[in-house]
Amino acid sequence: MSSSETTASAGAIRPRLRWGVPAYLLLVLAAMALAIVVPKTGYVLNISLQATTYAIAVLGLTVVLGLCGQINLAQAAFFGLGAYAVGIGQTEHGLNFWACLLIGTGVAAGFGALLGASTLRLGGHYLAMVTISFQQIVTLVLINWIPVTKGPDGVRAIPRPGFLADGSTYLAFCIAVLAAVGFLVWRLRDSRLGRAMRAVRDNELAAGVAGIDVYRTKVTAFALSAILGGVGGGLFAGGFSYVSPDQFSFAESVVFLTMVLLGGAASPVGAVIGTGLLILIPEWLRFLKSIPGLYLAIYGAAVILIMVFMPDGIWGFLRGRLDRLKRAVLPVRSGGALQLSGGGQGADTVLEVRGLSKHFGGLKAVDEVDLTIRRGGVHALIGPNGSGKTTTLNVLSGLYKATAGSIVLDGRDITNLPPHARTQAGLGRTFQNIRLWRSMTALENVMVGAERPGSPAGSDPAALMARARAALAFVELEDRADEVVASFSYGHQRAVEIARALAGDPALLLLDEPGAGLNSSEKVELRNLLKRISARGLTILIIDHDMTLVSEVAQHITVLNFGRRIADGYSADVLKHPDVIAAYLGAAPDVPA
Amino acid sequence: MDLVLQLLFTGIGIGSVYALVALGFVLIFRATNVVNFAQGEFSMVAAFLMVVFSVKIGLPYWVAFIIALICMAGLGAVFNLAVYYPLRHRTYLPVIISTIGASIFIANTTLAIHGPEPEVLSGWFDTPGFMLGPVYFDNQYVLIIVVTALLVALQYWFFEHTLLGKKLQATSQDKEMAALLGIPVAVMIMITFVYSAVIGGIAGILVAPVLFVSIGMGATIALKAFAATIIGGFGEVTGAIIGGLALGVIETFGAAYISVPYKDGFAFLVLIAFLIFRPQGIFGERVAEKA
Repeated sequence: MSSSETTASAGAIRPRLRWGVPAYLLLVLAAMALAIVVPKTGYVLNISLQATTYAIAVLGLTVVLGLCGQINLAQAAFFGLGAYAVGIGQTEHGLNFWACLLIGTGVAAGFGALLGASTLRLGGHYLAMVTISFQQIVTLVLINWIPVTKGPDGVRAIPRPGFLADGSTYLAFCIAVLAAVGFLVWRLRDSRLGRAMRAVRDNELAAGVAGIDVYRTKVTAFALSAILGGVGGGLFAGGFSYVSPDQFSFAESVVFLTMVLLGGAASPVGAVIGTGLLILIPEWLRFLKSIPGLYLAIYGAAVILIMVFMPDGIWGFLRGRLDRLKRAVLPVRSGGALQLSGGGQGADTVLEVRGLSKHFGGLKAVDEVDLTIRRGGVHALIGPNGSGKTTTLNVLSGLYKATAGSIVLDGRDITNLPPHARTQAGLGRTFQNIRLWRSMTALENVMVGAERPGSPAGSDPAALMARARAALAFVELEDRADEVVASFSYGHQRAVEIARALAGDPALLLLDEPGAGLNSSEKVELRNLLKRISARGLTILIIDHDMTLVSEVAQHITVLNFGRRIADGYSADVLKHPDVIAAYLGAAPDVPA
Repeated sequence: MDLVLQLLFTGIGIGSVYALVALGFVLIFRATNVVNFAQGEFSMVAAFLMVVFSVKIGLPYWVAFIIALICMAGLGAVFNLAVYYPLRHRTYLPVIISTIGASIFIANTTLAIHGPEPEVLSGWFDTPGFMLGPVYFDNQYVLIIVVTALLVALQYWFFEHTLLGKKLQATSQDKEMAALLGIPVAVMIMITFVYSAVIGGIAGILVAPVLFVSIGMGATIALKAFAATIIGGFGEVTGAIIGGLALGVIETFGAAYISVPYKDGFAFLVLIAFLIFRPQGIFGERVAEKA
């Protein structure tokens, strides 16, 4: 770790922030001053209050849908929970406004966490339907539980706190809350949690294997979304002093969804744009409201059209234009040399696998395989197609649960751990069919790898970025660090995936057919890369079909066939083994492998 | 005891409707890997078309029925072309959002054209029902159960014993492989949408005389049908049917013994219970994504 590294990383963190934050503060203060000073009719005040409080709830959708890729069709319900808490709490139970706001937000968070926790282990379809169901239940309860909710009549005469009693002051306060929430959501994107959310959105499987607790990340995103719904709703109730069940129906959830999609779900700016437009446009087109249904029919059609023609929303579309203008001016700084500890100076054996089996119904894909991997070498696992190599790797990294057997990594039994916990224990891996987070930059991809709990970079952002840059430099891609990986060639994507695994400083690196699909010059680069990794003392377990590659880099080889181990030992010996030759080439051993 | 038998009969009747709609869900899910959130609207639209043709225009019941189903086939085709087809290469999230948009569009367009007041559709039979022992058999419920049973049998025969059925199965299991074998995948998916719209329509027309024909009926039915697919086992045809019947019975008993206003909430509670304790449903197997 040199001194050049620290200076480089300090300069590399969002230089925009230096003037961005003061400018943003000024803008917000100006908006608040305008809200207080400019005289306005009750109508304009109401529209402004509605837009501001809605935007807070829509920012919740930016978090859950935009960052984490999970759908929430009950945002109006969470909004309603916040609103009713502020309404009922004050008028019926004589509680303080702030206490009610806190309670409402807490209730929304509680239900959000509960819904998320029960559903988010499953796919997105479940979440969509369950949130619709929850929305319907909340509406049913608001209408029917009359002793508590006042039923269809709603709650009237909801007060505001004394010093915010004036409408304009209250609006300024709501603007301040919106600005604070917007800032937090904007900062969230580039925080550790935000990167984890985006990784989950882009590729859940890879996120787990990179050390992210996928389930917890999703539940957190969902609860955050519910919290913002609750806050927005609480402020809404204070603003309008009257709430009724129809303000929080499924139709309003759809409105929230349309707002975030129209503006662009990926950024808080999109949420504000979408909310503003969808509050204002219907006011301009009030005549549409004379025909019941027409208004929502247009919303429905708009959702389809946005999905087909403008999937990133208005802000996403504009961003695409802006990015094209400002590309290629970013200075690239060296992150220094990549340090690999190879798991430290532990015992001689890195991985000890005993009697590992994986059965799919009657099929024994992996059948009582033993595997011992010594520290500091390249160990190859080979075998014909269908011999159980990739299944073995998937059981090792926790994507499949072992039917029997034990896996011990660096003296620790990891047999029953979930994928992210195995990564924390020191496992790194790549995939046969590359699994990068395609909408993130190369640097962001690798940073998530560097964030593996227990990795040397710790939680210091500067050290993280330096380590991620060093890992990219190691695979010779540092100059493309800030490009989105979707535009990379196949070989370069492969290299980024390896850099992501290296950045976590694993004790053992699993490579699943890294040579697959590479052309001959890319293969030479890959071979050199593997030798350089190995030279740093990191142990590698590689699966590949390319015998030239395997025999050149691996010192040890284990051969599988039909899920069983048929040979194991030093490369030269194993490749001469008659069973191995028979497995690969049939009976006649006259062609060298 | 008599009440229990009576409730059981009613529950199975209403459950059959959920099962039919759930079947539409499952077929489209298997063909496209996407849940069609507008499936319930197919039932609602068909019921309104039936009101228009049979009540407003005065066509004979069976003629109105056939014309309504032809319209549903057309709606299924348009739905596929407008909502699914442009997004077929994208991930599931844009597609389900698009079907949610379609659901809102269809429901509210119907509302804009027709207005909010619910309609009454008479049943197929002129007589209301008959007593058999202690149980009163409402003719419409008997019809629903019989038609559901027939459709399920027909569908089984179609998928297992016809070439087109086999091609559809192949498409739902592996689209790329099916395409490589010369099966026109786009046509197969089109057929699936058309068929699902038609059986959703049949369900809507069958249940219309039992409920009111209203704009909201689609969303309610879809919610129940989706719960049914989860209870039965997601993506399983048998699961959808058993899940639908089970849900109908649970709901009917819940309304009779616990609470009527919250009747529509029971589906949700059962759904949550299943998600927590047995997310793979009664028949389903959990399949991990392949690395």
